[in-house]
Amino acid sequence: MSDEKTVILDCPGIKRALTRISHEILERNKGLNDVVLIGIRSGGALLAMELAGVLEVIEGVKPAVGTVDITLYRDDVGSNISLQPVGRTDIPFSLEGKKVVLVDDVLCTGRTIRAAMDALMDHGRPKCIQLAVLIDRGHRELPIRADFVGRNVPTSMKENVQVIFDAKSQAFEVLLEK
Amino acid sequence: MAEFKHKDIIALQDLTKQEIERLLSTAESMREINNRDIKKVPTLRGKTIINLFYESSTRTRTSFELAAKRLSADTVNISPSTSSATKGETLADTALNLLAMKPDIIVMRHSVSGSHYFLSKKVPCSVVNAGDGAHEHPSQGLLDMMTMKDRFGRLDGLKVAIVGDITHSRVARSNIQGLTKLGSHIFLAGPPTMMPPGVERLGNVTVCGSLREAIQDADVVMMLRIQQERQGKTLMPNAREYARYFGLNPENLKLAKPDAMVMHPGPINRGVEMCSSVVDGDQSWILKQVENGVAVRMSMLYHVCGGELE
Repeated sequence: MSDEKTVILDCPGIKRALTRISHEILERNKGLNDVVLIGIRSGGALLAMELAGVLEVIEGVKPAVGTVDITLYRDDVGSNISLQPVGRTDIPFSLEGKKVVLVDDVLCTGRTIRAAMDALMDHGRPKCIQLAVLIDRGHRELPIRADFVGRNVPTSMKENVQVIFDAKSQAFEVLLEK
Repeated sequence: MAEFKHKDIIALQDLTKQEIERLLSTAESMREINNRDIKKVPTLRGKTIINLFYESSTRTRTSFELAAKRLSADTVNISPSTSSATKGETLADTALNLLAMKPDIIVMRHSVSGSHYFLSKKVPCSVVNAGDGAHEHPSQGLLDMMTMKDRFGRLDGLKVAIVGDITHSRVARSNIQGLTKLGSHIFLAGPPTMMPPGVERLGNVTVCGSLREAIQDADVVMMLRIQQERQGKTLMPNAREYARYFGLNPENLKLAKPDAMVMHPGPINRGVEMCSSVVDGDQSWILKQVENGVAVRMSMLYHVCGGELE
């Protein structure tokens, strides 16, 4: 992989995408009743916080936000890949009967989402789980699709998509590395 | 974060500061699982863990077993009264026989120091030390460090007093190895017959002449059990005299910092190394140590079982 990097989504573009996703979430769920956001560590967790802020501006109430770490639910533990450090799962409320919006930065194979859904089920029985992602880059290996997508970016598996966050943990830009 | 590439966890002596920090931070993440309604994650599904305990244990064995089960591993417990060791089978033969059953991890407690290094050379699976003779008890050392970190948010610069039978204590050795690597100062006290010569060479360790001197202004007071089963008869006159000179009571505890934490690896001889009112007092963190034990052992099993091994 060379060092060639292109910006595929800049800061205003990210803000517009998050605003549109917020409106779609509100429309789909008819407001924020029983809606909670769960971000997947680490990029998704930051995006979920940001999304909650946008929703608060639009709707006047802030949805509860939790984070989930999927390391312990990975399907490749022990398969000779380098061992991931385990982050903290922090869901300080019950998921029972809640409409969960799962938030991640980049959707690719769908394996992370599978793991995250298994993790959520161990915390209770949500009414439904919806998926919001900033970038969908294709290459699905599992039957999973996103409900809310910031930008569809067709990529090759050799490329790498990275969401960069600034010092205030706000999404700053999205880079495509060739 | 630093990589962790050990097949076995036998002693904190063998781990770097970064590796110990990684084990502790993972343990802090694991703790959340123990507070859920569904206390189980699928991480070690399909792995087999054999708990081979040549010495008796309640806390450590139960804790390792729970840790394995909460990570979805299958566990088998073997204890001396039910194993072939009573019929004269050697450790090497037991190991080879167990190996034929394809375990992924053997968690062992053995009365001979260093027996885990021997076992590790005999078997390709991971070996985790649950206590070897008077050498180390790494899971206890880690859970003690985790509990201190809970209380103070750091280990660097803490004054930790360890009082009792240092010679026979693997708990003391693991704590000394781990804590000195992370920047704590250790002050040891105990009867001269129970103080190993040259222990100062292990790092930032000071040997004190009395309990009062060791616990003066301490952040942590860790009391050790008198290990009657490992001692000869001649190390101390009797339990009452020991309690008078090296027992912790509400009066001498005042010498430590006002918010000092009191710890004990258990099982406690109430009235010998510690007065009952201190065991059950406000400054006691003894049950928190046990709680953290499960999370620390989950972290250890995850790290030896999970990734690429050297």
